[in-house]
Amino acid sequence: MSFINYASREINCKIVYYGPGLCGKTTNLQFIYDKTANDAKGKMISLATETERTLFFDFLPLALGEIRGFKTRFHLYTVPGQVFYDASRKLILKGVDGVVFVADSQEERFDANIESLENLRDNLEEQGFDLDKIPFVIQFNKRDLPNATPVEELSKLLNERSVPELEACATTGEGVFETLKAIAKLVLTDLKKGG
Amino acid sequence: MLGPQSSLVMYDEEFQRISQLLEKLLRESNSKVIFLVDKNGQLIAASGETANLDTTSLASLTAGNIAATGGLAKLIGEKEFSILFHEGEKDNIHISIVGGRVILVVIFDQRSSLGLVRLRVKKASNDLATVFEDLARRSQEQSSSSSSSSPFAEITDDDIDNLFN
Ligand SMILES: Nc1nc2c(ncn2[C@@H]2O[C@H](COP(=O)(O)OP(=O)(O)OP(=O)(O)O)[C@@H](O)[C@H]2O)c(=O)[nH]1
Ligand SMILES: [Mg+2]
Repeated sequence: MSFINYASREINCKIVYYGPGLCGKTTNLQFIYDKTANDAKGKMISLATETERTLFFDFLPLALGEIRGFKTRFHLYTVPGQVFYDASRKLILKGVDGVVFVADSQEERFDANIESLENLRDNLEEQGFDLDKIPFVIQFNKRDLPNATPVEELSKLLNERSVPELEACATTGEGVFETLKAIAKLVLTDLKKGG
Repeated sequence: MLGPQSSLVMYDEEFQRISQLLEKLLRESNSKVIFLVDKNGQLIAASGETANLDTTSLASLTAGNIAATGGLAKLIGEKEFSILFHEGEKDNIHISIVGGRVILVVIFDQRSSLGLVRLRVKKASNDLATVFEDLARRSQEQSSSSSSSSPFAEITDDDIDNLFN
């Protein structure tokens, strides 16, 4: 749920990175954080386990610039991908404006991607959102790995709605900003419709 | 009141009223910092010694905290815990929910006390709730009167692309 503040002339939107455990959600945010100028970002908060797995969420506030005299701020969140953290995932989805689904391209994560996508649909529904309607993009991550499933196959499986899809390697940053840009665009376009 | 998909909108008049209420609460409760956060983690307003404080992070963590304890409450059959209190060595945090929708956070030290904060928060909460009701009414009126009055109705693809340069 975006927050439009006429008093401070700001608009805030919430974007959630979703996907199976270890697919690279936190790595996406880390790359964005590393490559963003200091005056355009806030502190990145990671509530993680000792082994760097996301426990509750990562949070990164970004200030992208102005549109029509309004400062646009995006709050990026990641969910914990591990299956048993489902209660936390539901909480993070509250008030979401747009979702990035980060798929793990590795063959052996095929089922995990499907499960996570179904879980996303269910959890969104519980919050009153429809995955077929909200701003949504899919990132095929870990394209650098030799055991990556062909994109066409992943696309057929995960992208029924034909939303924007992007190939990425989050560790080198390839496709990371393209993904952010794609979802930001959809969210702002949605706002334009008076969402 | 508002569906999950609708935006929270803040107008100048209500923003002024909220700021004044926060200033008053700050004074009367002898506290250090007060801020108001949307349940989704967006900072709405702040007052007091905020200069050295990362209010954006605070807002996000507060909302996460309320969300997590709300989840706990449901598990044991409660609706939500309407007040949270964290006690530190020097500073304490008092968190409460206003009008079911926004979160009021008061940070105070030994110059105040939990009893005083609780008392003043109670009064201020009622006043703040009224403002948020007015705000909800106004957004509803605005959105039903003319849908094209949104400043974003006219954004172009170029506007959006320019954000990323
Ligand atoms: N080879 C390769 N490794 C990647 C890529 N993206 C992420 N990784 C690695 O995958 C591992 C997991 O990445 P994270 O970003 O922590 O995964 P996550 O999705 O946040 O995982 P959870 O927090 O458990 O949900 C790390 O070791 C990353 O370095 C990629 O594109 N290619
Ligand atoms: Mg993570």
